[in-house]
Amino acid sequence: MREPQFTADLAELPTHGFGHRALTWWGVVAFFLIEGTAFLLAIAAYFYLLNQEQLWPPPPYPPPDLLAGTLFTILILLSEIPNTAAKRAAEHGDLRTLRRMFIAVSAICLVLMVLRGFEFNSLNVLWTDNAYGSIVWALLFLHTTHFLTDWVDTLVLTALMHTKHGVEPRRFVDCAENAMYWRFVWLSWLPIYVLIYWLPRLVS
Amino acid sequence: MSWLDTFQSAAGNDGQQSALVSELFAIFLAVTALFFVAVMIFLIWAILRRRRGEGESREPALRRLLVGWVGLISLTLAGLTLATWLYDRGLARAAATPALEIEVTANQWWWDVRYADDDANWIFRTANELHLPAGVPAHITLRSNDVIHSFWVPNLAGKQDMIPGREADISIRPLRRGVYRAQCAEFCGLQHARMALDVTVESPADFIAWRAAALKPAAAPVGGSAQAGQAIVTGRQCASCHSIAGTPASGQVAPDLTHFASRRTIAAGTLPMSRANIAAWIADPQAVKPGNNMPKVPLTPAELAAVTAYLETLK
Amino acid sequence: MSAVMSPRDLPRDGPELTGEALHARLEKTWSRPPGLWGWLSTTDHKEIGRRYIVTAFVFLLLGGALALLIRAQLATPESGLIGPDRYNQIFTMHGTTMMFLFAVPVMEAMAIYLIPLMLGTRNISFPRLNAFSYFMYLAGGILLWVAFVLNIGPDAGWFSYVPLAGPEFSPGKRVDIWAQMVTFTEVAALAVAVEITATILKQRAPGMNLARMPLFAWAMLVVSLMVIFSMPSVALTSGMLLSDRLIGTQFFNSFEYGDPLLWQHLFWFFGHPEVYIIFLPATGFVSEIVQTFSRRPIIGYSAVVLALVGTGLLAFGLWVHHMFATGLPRMGYAFYTAASMAVSVPAGIQIFCWIATMWDGRPRFQTPLLWVVGFIFTFVIGGLTGVMLASVPLDLQLHDTFFVVAHFHYVLIGGAVFPLLGAITYWFPKFTGRMMSEGVGKLSFWIGFVGFQIAFFPMHLLGILGMPRRVYTYPAGLGWETLNLVSSIGAFLFALGLAIFIGNALASLRRGREAGPDPWGASGLEWAAASPPAPYNFAHIPLVSSRNPLWENDGVLPVVHGLRVDDREGLLTTVIDARPDMREPSPEPSLWPLVAALATTVMFVSSIFTPWAVLVGSIPVAAALIAWFWPKESTVTPEPVID
Repeated sequence: MREPQFTADLAELPTHGFGHRALTWWGVVAFFLIEGTAFLLAIAAYFYLLNQEQLWPPPPYPPPDLLAGTLFTILILLSEIPNTAAKRAAEHGDLRTLRRMFIAVSAICLVLMVLRGFEFNSLNVLWTDNAYGSIVWALLFLHTTHFLTDWVDTLVLTALMHTKHGVEPRRFVDCAENAMYWRFVWLSWLPIYVLIYWLPRLVS
Repeated sequence: MSWLDTFQSAAGNDGQQSALVSELFAIFLAVTALFFVAVMIFLIWAILRRRRGEGESREPALRRLLVGWVGLISLTLAGLTLATWLYDRGLARAAATPALEIEVTANQWWWDVRYADDDANWIFRTANELHLPAGVPAHITLRSNDVIHSFWVPNLAGKQDMIPGREADISIRPLRRGVYRAQCAEFCGLQHARMALDVTVESPADFIAWRAAALKPAAAPVGGSAQAGQAIVTGRQCASCHSIAGTPASGQVAPDLTHFASRRTIAAGTLPMSRANIAAWIADPQAVKPGNNMPKVPLTPAELAAVTAYLETLK
Repeated sequence: MSAVMSPRDLPRDGPELTGEALHARLEKTWSRPPGLWGWLSTTDHKEIGRRYIVTAFVFLLLGGALALLIRAQLATPESGLIGPDRYNQIFTMHGTTMMFLFAVPVMEAMAIYLIPLMLGTRNISFPRLNAFSYFMYLAGGILLWVAFVLNIGPDAGWFSYVPLAGPEFSPGKRVDIWAQMVTFTEVAALAVAVEITATILKQRAPGMNLARMPLFAWAMLVVSLMVIFSMPSVALTSGMLLSDRLIGTQFFNSFEYGDPLLWQHLFWFFGHPEVYIIFLPATGFVSEIVQTFSRRPIIGYSAVVLALVGTGLLAFGLWVHHMFATGLPRMGYAFYTAASMAVSVPAGIQIFCWIATMWDGRPRFQTPLLWVVGFIFTFVIGGLTGVMLASVPLDLQLHDTFFVVAHFHYVLIGGAVFPLLGAITYWFPKFTGRMMSEGVGKLSFWIGFVGFQIAFFPMHLLGILGMPRRVYTYPAGLGWETLNLVSSIGAFLFALGLAIFIGNALASLRRGREAGPDPWGASGLEWAAASPPAPYNFAHIPLVSSRNPLWENDGVLPVVHGLRVDDREGLLTTVIDARPDMREPSPEPSLWPLVAALATTVMFVSSIFTPWAVLVGSIPVAAALIAWFWPKESTVTPEPVID
C-alpha cells in the first residue's frame, strides 16, 4: 500500500458554526423551499378557483370575520421580538436569555393557538360547502400544521436547553435555526392572511 | 401509404383538418428523420473511426462544431414552431362558417348525439352514430355528463376533451365519403375500450335523406310478436331510461332508440347489429359489457323474442 | 472537560495514524452493531443505498410482470384473458409502480450510494433521515401491492384524473390507496432530495469546487432541486383528492365552484418535471461511463452542466403540453409548444458532447458503453417523437394514443433504463467487489435492445392507426392485430434480456471476477475507495485539484487529515470553492427512524379510514421524532471548546 500524500491538517477546524456554514442550516432551507412551494401552489390554486367565478366568495357566504385573524397577525408579528432576541442569544451563547426568550415565544404560541381556533370559527363557510370553503380551510389548515410544528419544536428545545445538553455549542445552532424557522412561519402567514381575510372583500 | 388508410386512422386524410395535420406531420417526419440520420452518422463514425495514436485530440474543432450544432437545432426548432403556428391558423380558418350544428354529450360509456337547429322541427336525437355531409363544415359542441371523455374521429380531425362542467367544441369538414370509426380517447373508467362512435360521411343528398328519416317517429310495429315487444318496452323498465319517438317511452338518461336498428352497432360499438346480438344484449347487458348502466331486465324467452322483434323494426 | 486539553490530544488520522492501524480504528468507530438490530438501525449510506436499489429492482420486476400481462392481453383482439376491472388495475399499477416505486427511487438510490463516494466524504448528510426515507418508501410500496393482491388496487390510471378518481365515480378505497401511496413516496423522495442537496453543497472533498464536480453530481444537484420544487405539487393535489374523497371538500367538483382541470394543472406541474427527474440522473451515468470507456475527460463539461441546469429550468414550463386537448386558450399553447421543443436544445448538447468524447477518445466497447450506444440510438428517436408531440396540431391527433406510449417508453426505457443498466454494470464492482460477466452482459444487452425495439416501435404505427391508450381490448379488423402481436413478442424478448441481466448480476455476486478498487481505470473519487468500500469510505479525506483526480498526479491522491477517529466525524467545506470549513459529527445508528416511519405509516394508512387518524396519529409521530433528535449520552470524549 502506497503511503498517502498528506497535505493540510484539519484538527483545528471548529465543530460548529452558524448560518450557511452549518449542514443543518441547508437542511432547514431545503425544507423552507419545499414548504414554501407548497404554500405558493396552494395560493395559486386559490387564484385559479377565484378566476373561474363571477362572485367571490360565492353567495350566500360572507367573507370571514376579521377580528380573530387580525389579532393573530398582530401577535405573531410581535412574537418576532422575543424570537430575534432568542436568535441573538443563541448566536452569542447566552443560555439564560435564550431560555427566557424561548419560554416567551412558547407562551405567545399558546395564545396564538387559541386565536387560531377562533379563526377557524370565523371563516363563515365550511370546507364541505364549496371549493371556496375548501381552499380557505386548506390554507388555514396548512399554515396551522407549520405553526404547530414549530411550537412543538420550540417547546422541545426549551426543555432541552434546561438540561445538561444545553451547554453544547451545537445545541445553540439548533436554537438559532428554530428561530429562523419561526420567521418562515410568520412570513408565510402574511400572504395567507391577506388572501383569506382581505381578498374576498377586495374582489366582491 | 395504403395500409395506414384504414377507417380509424389519423393518416386517413378524410377531412380537411386531418389532411392539414398530415401535411404538418410529413414536414416534422422529414426534418426529424434528417436529424436522426445525422446523429447516427456521427455516432457510427465515432465508433468505427481509425485512431492514429495517443495524445492527438481534436477538441477545439469539436467545440466549434458544438456551437454550430446548437445553432442548427435552434433554427430548426424555430422553423418547426413557426410551421406549427401557421398550420394551427390554417386549422382555425378551416373551422370557420359552420353549416351544421351538432351537440355530442359523452356518458359512461356511450355518446348522446343531438342535431340542433333554430327550427324545433329539425331537432332530433340519436346515439353512438354521427352522419355528416361531405364537404360541409360541421360545428360540434361537446359536453360530458359524468367523467372526462375525449371526442376523436382520427380520419377527420384531432381530438378534443369533454370535461364535465365545461363546454368545448370542435369543427370538422369531412371531405371523403365513407364510414369511419371513432372511440373515446380519454380513459373514462371500466368500459373505456367499448365506447365507439360510428361516423358516416355521405353525399349531401344522402345526408338529407338520412335526416328526414331520423326526424320521423318510430313506425308502429306490424305483427303480433313485435307489437307484444313494444308493449313490454314501453310498459316495463326500458321506457324510464330510453326514449322512442312516437311511443310513450321518453327516458332521457340512456341512448335514444327511435331508429335503433338502422345503426351499425349495439352498445357503442360493442356488438355488430344483428338479431342474435340484440337478443344477447337484452338478455344480459352486464355479461356483454360489464359495469354499464343498463340493468338486466328479467324476461321470459317469449318476451325476449318479442322485444328483439320489436327493436328490429326500429329502422 | 478541561480547558487545557488541546484538540490534538484526541486520536486523529494523519501521519501518526495511518495504514492498518487507522483502518482498524475507523472500522470500530464506523461499523454498525451486528444482527437484525444493527441492520434496522444502520445509517450507512451504502447499506441504505443498496437496499433502496434492490427494492427498486424488485418493483421493476413486479411492474414488468404487469407489463407482460398487458401485452399478453393486447396480443390478440377481443382477448378474454383479463377482464376490464383487473386490466384497469393492472395498467394503473404498472404506471404507478414504474414511476413512483421504480424510476424515481432507483435514481435517488444510486445517488445515495454513489454521491458521498464521488465527493470523497464519509457519509451522506442527515443519514437518519436517509434511513427514514427508505422505510417510508418501502411502506408505500407494500401498501400499494398488498392492496393490489387483495383486488383493491387503484384503477383510475397513474394520473388519477378527476372526476373519474373522485368520490362519485371511484367509490371504495382504491384511489385512496393510490393517493396515500403517493404521499409515502413523496416524503421519501423529498427527504432524499434534501440529503443529496446538502451533501453536494457542503460535503465535497477539499478542492472540489463546483467546476470540478463529477457530472453525475451536477445532474443530481439539479434533480434534487427539481424534486424540491415539483413534488410539493403532487403532495398538495393528492391531499386535495383525498380530502375530496374522505371529508367532503369540493376542490374538483364543478358543481360547487371546483374544477377538474385544477387537478391536471397541479398533477402535471409535478408530472412533467418528474420525467426529467428520471432522465437527468441517467445522463449523469452516461457522462461518467462515456469518460471512463473513451479514456478521456468529457468534451464540453461546461456545456453539459449548462444543459443540465437548462433542462431543469425548462422542465417547469412544459406541463401544459399534457393538456393540449383540454381546450385551453390557443395563444397560450404556442408558448408551451416553443418551450417543449426548446428542451431538445440541451438534450442535443449532451448527445453531441458524449459522441464527441467517444469520437476523440479511444473507446472500449464493454457492456456499460454498449448500453450507452443503445441509449443514444433509442433516446434520439424518443426525443424526436417528443418534438412531434410538442406541436399542438400533431398532438391533438397523437395524444392518448399508442404513439405516446411508444414515445415515452423510448425516452424512459431508452433514455433512463438503458443507462441505468449500464450504470449497474459499471458500478457493480464498487457495490460488490466483483465484476459482472462481460459475455453474459453483452448477450443481455443485445436481446434487451432488439426486444425493446420490436416491442415499442410498432406502437408508433398503432397510434397513427388510431389505437387509444388504456383500452383493455380492441375489435379485429382495424389493422391493429399484427402490430400488437409483434409488439407483444418483442415485450417478452425484452423481458428475457432483463432476466438475463438480473441473472448475470445475481450469479456475479458469488462467481464474478474480483475487482479491486479501480477495475475500469476510471477517474472519479469513488474508484479511490475499496471495492466494496469500508463503512467509512475513505481512510483519509482526499484533496482534489482537477475534474478527473485519479487521472492526474500518476494516480496518487493527496489527502487532508486531522479528523477524529474515536467518533464518527466528517468534513464540511464551503459551498462554491470547497475550502475546509468545519468538522461535522455524523449520527450514530439509531432505531428511531424506523419507529418514526412505522408511526407515520400507521397514521397515513389509518387516515384512509378516518380523518381523526391525522390528529391522533401525529402524537406518536411527534414522540418518535423527538426521541430521534434528542442528543444521546456521549461515550466519547467531548470536543474541547475552542475560542
